[in-house]
Amino acid sequence: MRNHLFLLLAGAGLASLPAGAKTLDVAAGANAHERLQTALIEAEPGDVVQLGAGRFALTSGLSLDVAGVTVRGAGPERSVLDFTGQTGEAEGLLVTSGDVLLADFAVENAAGNGIKSKGSDGISFVNLRVEWTGGPKSTNGAYGVYPVSSKNVLIEKVFVRGASDAGIYVGQSQNIIVRNSRAEGNVAGIEIENSYNADVFGNVATGNTGGILVFDLPDLPQQGGHAVRLFNNQVIANNHPNFAAPGNIVAAVPPGTGVMIMANRDVHVTGNDITNNASAGVMLVAYTQAFTDAAYNPLPRAVTVRGNRYAGNGTAPAFPGGKEIAAAVGGTLPPVMWDGVTKFTVPGGAETLADGPIAVHDGPMINLNLGTHGTPPSAAQPSVATVLASATLPEPPTVVLPAAQEARAKAGR
Amino acid sequence: MRRALLAAALALLPGATGAPRVDAARLLEAAPAPKLADYGLFADAAGRVPAPGVVRYTLNTPLFSDYAEKFRYAWLPPGTAARATGAGMPDFPIGTVLVKSFGYPADFRAPDQTLRIIETRLLVRREAGWVPLSYVWNAAQTEAVLKRAGAHIPVSFIDAQGRPRSLDYAVPNTNQCKQCHQQGTTATPIGPTVENLNGGLDGHGENQLAAWARAGRLTGLPEAPARLARWDNAAEPLAARARAYMDVNCGHCHSRAGFASNSGLYLQHDEPGLAAQGINKRPVAAGRGSGGHSVAIAPGAPERSILVHRMESNEPGVMMPQFGRSVAHEEGVALVRAYVAQLKAD
Repeated sequence: MRNHLFLLLAGAGLASLPAGAKTLDVAAGANAHERLQTALIEAEPGDVVQLGAGRFALTSGLSLDVAGVTVRGAGPERSVLDFTGQTGEAEGLLVTSGDVLLADFAVENAAGNGIKSKGSDGISFVNLRVEWTGGPKSTNGAYGVYPVSSKNVLIEKVFVRGASDAGIYVGQSQNIIVRNSRAEGNVAGIEIENSYNADVFGNVATGNTGGILVFDLPDLPQQGGHAVRLFNNQVIANNHPNFAAPGNIVAAVPPGTGVMIMANRDVHVTGNDITNNASAGVMLVAYTQAFTDAAYNPLPRAVTVRGNRYAGNGTAPAFPGGKEIAAAVGGTLPPVMWDGVTKFTVPGGAETLADGPIAVHDGPMINLNLGTHGTPPSAAQPSVATVLASATLPEPPTVVLPAAQEARAKAGR
Repeated sequence: MRRALLAAALALLPGATGAPRVDAARLLEAAPAPKLADYGLFADAAGRVPAPGVVRYTLNTPLFSDYAEKFRYAWLPPGTAARATGAGMPDFPIGTVLVKSFGYPADFRAPDQTLRIIETRLLVRREAGWVPLSYVWNAAQTEAVLKRAGAHIPVSFIDAQGRPRSLDYAVPNTNQCKQCHQQGTTATPIGPTVENLNGGLDGHGENQLAAWARAGRLTGLPEAPARLARWDNAAEPLAARARAYMDVNCGHCHSRAGFASNSGLYLQHDEPGLAAQGINKRPVAAGRGSGGHSVAIAPGAPERSILVHRMESNEPGVMMPQFGRSVAHEEGVALVRAYVAQLKAD
């Protein structure tokens, strides 16, 4: 009864309430790909594609393009979409429709990305496991869960291990919640890139090269990443050697990075446990590459770092010049490091100053004082500040997802 | 005269009851026909002879699909015409069907002999937009049936160089049809743009745009319609050929409204932005698809260009396009390599 009520609530979020929503049961076993793909094509808005318990051996990627569908398994250890033998397509599961809930199953050993959503409005990933079972390897797929160009994104209780880029990656999206999830043994644990309004909380990022990253990159349809809150996360011992393919931005993330904020504004890092990350607990840096995009701002600005608990960070910085900088300040880097880049030249335009301060309340912080974008780290003039920001910056608003989306994510749990 | 002959020939076909005719009403029904023959698009059971009014066309530069031979046809409801609006895709009238059959000759050195058709894809223009359908032929080549979930079909042939080849041909599922054909919120054909039709059938004879206009099937053509280069015509400029090739083979996804919009890599033949063309553009979500390279196109250095690397790869998660081929297009790769090699690094 309780479930029915929630389903009704969920249905209210759809454009029209589907009459006679049904469940399409798909069992593991012979011919799993064709049966499951057929169900994903024939499902109608409001339907549930119910995966049986067992291992679905799949040789091609799957896709869903029907709005309002739920794909639910019997649990992330019980219903396993196994792509070990995948010979085609770039994702395990691709979703291109909105109001979709994916819950209670696993995706293993996808050839490319684990689960991608493109252009979805209302996409929930709940209680999933996405894993490359051989552990961290450069031949693993890039992203575990990968919503891109999407809106109203919920990632909850998702476990990702082994992604050769980012375990949980949200790109060019808006209105995002990532909560109570775990990213382990990826290059980046959780990455929010070129996105607006994201709340990332209650997560564990451990054993990755970098724990939680907030990035903005040039030459993309959505840029100007902003309004991101990272709070109450555990960012612990992210010291894995970097195994990303060179050329990708995360290939430049030094092992031992706890939190890294690059080229974003209005980012709040508060109340996190940031422990035993050997390069630095929190890094605030400008985009390091040259760029030709006149609309791009490479600086981190209007960033607040406050009330985090630090221990054991910065003991062996693995970025270029890190060892020397650490030696200059007594052998261990302070928990927060800022590159001190405060101005850049717009391609074909004028020199521009950061349009917001760096407000680190909990330090101590080391400032490399690089000044102008493009200054090499070898020119750093480090200074350590123990008493930091006094003025507080306004906090981005709490991210609120549509009530029907939240209710549907809870239903059946 | 030819028509009379055809009619006479058709009368000899078993079960023929008068001239074949396209079933316009059936094409517009929401539920797809279970068999291709239900639409009456072909005069013969083997799908080789188009019904009257079903007109074959060719493109200056086609999409590569695992070396399959393709046979393209268009049928417009009698009395209607497509309307060109400058360059790009003409506005086809409701009821239009675009037909494309994919097949393999046993030996590409004798392509007219022992052709096996694998599938016939339809794009039907309905009131609500274009609808993709795919029909897979049986081994006896007597019947093609609807496949919505796709299929994998082993194929063997002797290639144009005389080498025996085998591959796993993939019939796309309905979602994959849309993935390539979707631009923004609507599906659209990809092939028959004004630019790509701007040439003779099979590359010679009367210009197809002129022929369609003369037959009253195409209106609104500009004075001097834009033209897409023939990718395999060595007499045309290398850059125009390579960019035509990338437009047709990559540009349906790599466009501002396409599936790969988030990449920022836009491979239309007339894209003006250098970074958008891929020149010195860093990857955003290539993952291990980067092959360790830093930019999509490194001018003068195809061996350091992600775009070339992904065209050469046959590995899922690395290869581009992501589906629609299982083997690399050696000739296409060679063309794009040559193009990248002659770009000036500055």
